[in-house]
This record gives sequence, C-alpha cells and structure tokens, in this order.
Amino acid sequence: MKRLVPMWIAIIAGFVMLLSAFFPITESLGETVGDVFNVVAAIAFILGAGSLAKVNLAKISRRDQGWGYAAITLICFAITLVVGLGKIGVPPNTQFPLLAWSGEKNADGSIFGWIYEFALVPITSTMFALLAFYVASAAFRAFRAKNLEAILLLSTAFIILLGRTFAGVVLTGWLPDWASGLRLENLSVYIMQVFNTAGNRAIIIGIALGVTATSLRILLGVDRSWMGSGD
Amino acid sequence: MSKLLSILESLDRRWIFLAMAISVAGPILYIGITGKTLPETPTPAARAVYKEIEALPPGTPVLLSFDFDPASGGELIPMATSLVHQCAARRLRMVFIALWPLGPQLIDETIKRVILADYPDLKEGVDYVNVGFQSGNEAVMKVMLTDFAKAFPITKNGIAVGDVVALQGIQRVLDFPLLITISAGYPGAKEWIQYVVSSSGGKIKMVTGCTGVQTSALYPYYPNQLSGLLGAIKGAAEYESLVNSSLAPNDTSAAIPAKYLEAQRRMGPQLGAHLLMIALIILGNIAYFAQRKSKVRATS
Repeated sequence: MKRLVPMWIAIIAGFVMLLSAFFPITESLGETVGDVFNVVAAIAFILGAGSLAKVNLAKISRRDQGWGYAAITLICFAITLVVGLGKIGVPPNTQFPLLAWSGEKNADGSIFGWIYEFALVPITSTMFALLAFYVASAAFRAFRAKNLEAILLLSTAFIILLGRTFAGVVLTGWLPDWASGLRLENLSVYIMQVFNTAGNRAIIIGIALGVTATSLRILLGVDRSWMGSGD
Repeated sequence: MSKLLSILESLDRRWIFLAMAISVAGPILYIGITGKTLPETPTPAARAVYKEIEALPPGTPVLLSFDFDPASGGELIPMATSLVHQCAARRLRMVFIALWPLGPQLIDETIKRVILADYPDLKEGVDYVNVGFQSGNEAVMKVMLTDFAKAFPITKNGIAVGDVVALQGIQRVLDFPLLITISAGYPGAKEWIQYVVSSSGGKIKMVTGCTGVQTSALYPYYPNQLSGLLGAIKGAAEYESLVNSSLAPNDTSAAIPAKYLEAQRRMGPQLGAHLLMIALIILGNIAYFAQRKSKVRATS
C-alpha cells in the first residue's frame, strides 16, 4: 500500500500534466495538479526541517565524528526559526503601528535581518570565494599536457582565461580589423558560441531523450526506484 | 635549475593559496585607492540585453526574477544593480519575484540600493512591486502561464496582487513583454526557457544574467529562446559599462557612484586570478615534463 498509492498518484499526475500540454480542454486539470504540487512543495519545507533535525540529532546522540558541527547546525537552525517566526526585534508596520507582528521579518533592526546580513551573507560568500584557492591548487597539480586532448583543453582554457579579462585586449588588441577574429576576446566568444554550443546541444538532446525514457518508465509504473528502497 | 624544479614538485599548496590571495587583493586595493577600472568592450550578447530593455516604452511591465542567493552575489548583485538601474531609468514597471527563498531579501536590497537611493520619485506598488518568494520551482512557472495571481496571490507586504497598480493588466506571465532573470542554478534561466519562453510562441522575450558555471549551458539558447545573455562578472561588467555610458555619457567614471561600477571593479581581481592560474598551469607543466625527462634518463 505504501508503494502503490504514491505510484498511482505519480502516474495520474504525470498523465494529467502530459495531456494538458497537448489538449486545451484538459488545461484546467493540469493547473489543479500544479496547485497541488505547490502545496506539497510548501509542506516539503516542514519535512526538510524535520529531516534536518532527525539526522543531526542522531549524529549527536551517537557521538559520531563531527557531532559538534551537527549541534551547531541545530542551534543555528533553532535560533533562526524562533527569531524569524516570532519576528523578534521587528518594528511594527507603519500602517499598523498597534500590531506588534505586522512588520517584515527582515526589517531594519530585526534579529532575523541581522543574521541574514552579518552571518549568512558573509558565510556563503566566503564558501564561494574559497573555490578560487582550490581551483588554483588543482590547476597547478592536475592540468597536465599529457596528450593531444589535454593540449587542446589547455589551449582552450588559456584563450578563455585571457579572453575574459583585459589581458586579452592588451595581448591581441593590436591585430588589424581584418584579423579581428583572432583577438583573444573574440576567440573566446567564438569558442563559447560555436564549440561549446555544439557540444552542449548534443548533451541537452541526449538528456532530453533520457528524461523522456525515464518519465515513460515512471508513468507506466515500470520504474519504482524513485520511491526509495524502504518498504 | 634542478633546485627550482624540486621546489616546484614539492610546493606546499599554502604558497599557492597565498599567491592567489595576493593576486586578488592587489587589484582590489589598487582599484579601491585609485578608483580606476579597466575598460570593457561589450560583446553582442551583452549588447542584446541592453537593447531589449531600451526598446521598451516607459510604463511597460517587466518581470524580474531573482533566482539566486547571497553565495552567488559576487557575480550576480552587480548585474541586478545595473539591470534595475536601466529599468528604473527607462521608467519601466518593475515586478520583482523570486523562486529562491533568499531572493526577496536580495530584491529589497537592490530596491534600496538603486530605486530608493536614486529614483525616489518611483512609487512602490505603482512603479515597482516586490511580490516575493513562492515555492514550487517549475510548477510555479506553469501556474504563472495561466494565472499570475494564483502563483503569487499576495505581495511581500501582504497586499493582494489584484489591488496592486503595478500589476494592472497582468493576468498571466505572457502579459509581460520581457522577462529578466538573474539566475544562479535550479530553478533558474534554463527552467524559464523550458517552461515559459518555449511554450509562449514568441509572446515573451527573455534576457538573463547568470553565473559563470551556468553560462556555457545557456549559450545554446542564445539568441533564439534567449534574447540576451550576461555571463558571469565579465558579462556584468560589459553591460554595466553600456548602462553607465548611456545614462551618463559625459561623465567620467570618477563621477559615477561606486555601486554602478562594481562589476568593472571586480574585473581587476579576475584579471589577477586568471593570470596566476595560467602561470601555475605553465609552472606545473614545466615541473611535470622535467620530472618525466629525469625518469626517462634514469631508466635508460
């Protein structure tokens, strides 16, 4: 039953969405399924919160390696949830000054806004910026001109790296107009628009065919792996 | 020579990290002190974004979807600033939405940075509105195709969308002549193309600003499904220079506020980082080939 009901929900919803794309008469049915999906997606946030708590609490209780990080995750999660839902420190909306909870949760002076501005933004930006350091280290150790393919890859990388900066203009900006196609900034655009586009289109078409085949298998109930392996 | 090669072979990666920090920090400090930026030559994809917005008459509604979070802010916030700057200068009706949970905050920040600071005559709810975030990814796009109010019933401030002047005449997403997405991944520009632009039969045009990682995956859609494309900070800098030169053609860059030069300022650190990467790759290969040669000699 636990597998049969979700399977039939997926089959019916899938076929309704499929039909609504081809037959205008079934468009409203497709909209209804879309609405249901939106409600389920919103509920998934609660499910996600529950899952986060479950996984991290289990880690802490088992004293797994790095359980301290799990504790920090849960503490931060709880603080953000409480100050966000409780709108702690939020000044009331100027239109409704008597209603304490009428202000926006991230208004100036709110703790939620403070967490966003002084914790979330710097942390996420730092994580993203760290990539530059690891990419540089990886490039030094792994990017080797071992064979023809690697040489082609290296040459392309050099053209793109130089063409996407002012260095490209400095190095090849002197080329006359009739040879402007060889300027590094133009070469990098050419590589992106021709070679990259051709390769990516092939990948996109391949993925589309794969998605179609997988979708059909799910719609016909042949593929049930999406429900997980639990009973 | 052999000493140098042995140093290269056993180079601690912390030296590479230090070199990267210097190559990025140097240009940041130089640009910060002097205020000078590197000149940009806009590519056709960036010009197309500018032209699409410029072609719209004042009062035209445009949909701006902020599909990113602060992690990609380094690349995308300068784009968002310039896009809103041009839309505000053109007096377009800006309808902001977000399909990422942290999008509404980024919308508020951009409104504060551009509209409230430099276009105080534009009224909230009339000239622009932040409709906020909606969960559901592609399903939200599908619902917007038939009923915008169903996908976004209320604005971020809790006002019913039917009562918002900025949304008058908007029944569905196809009522917007132009869709502008600032995209960092899923859901983002690709999903907008697949679910909205492709099924609109040409009724809606779309331009996008995206992260460097996404750029290569979005090029196949340009210039048909995607009318214009700003790829990474380079695309942002090109577009920013176009917007600045059109809005303040006689001003020198020193007279332009720093917030409208942010993308061009970031091209300096990018130049430093790229040059270091090239140098590291060359050095790494020198070390590799020298090591291989010595191995061959030893075996023979």
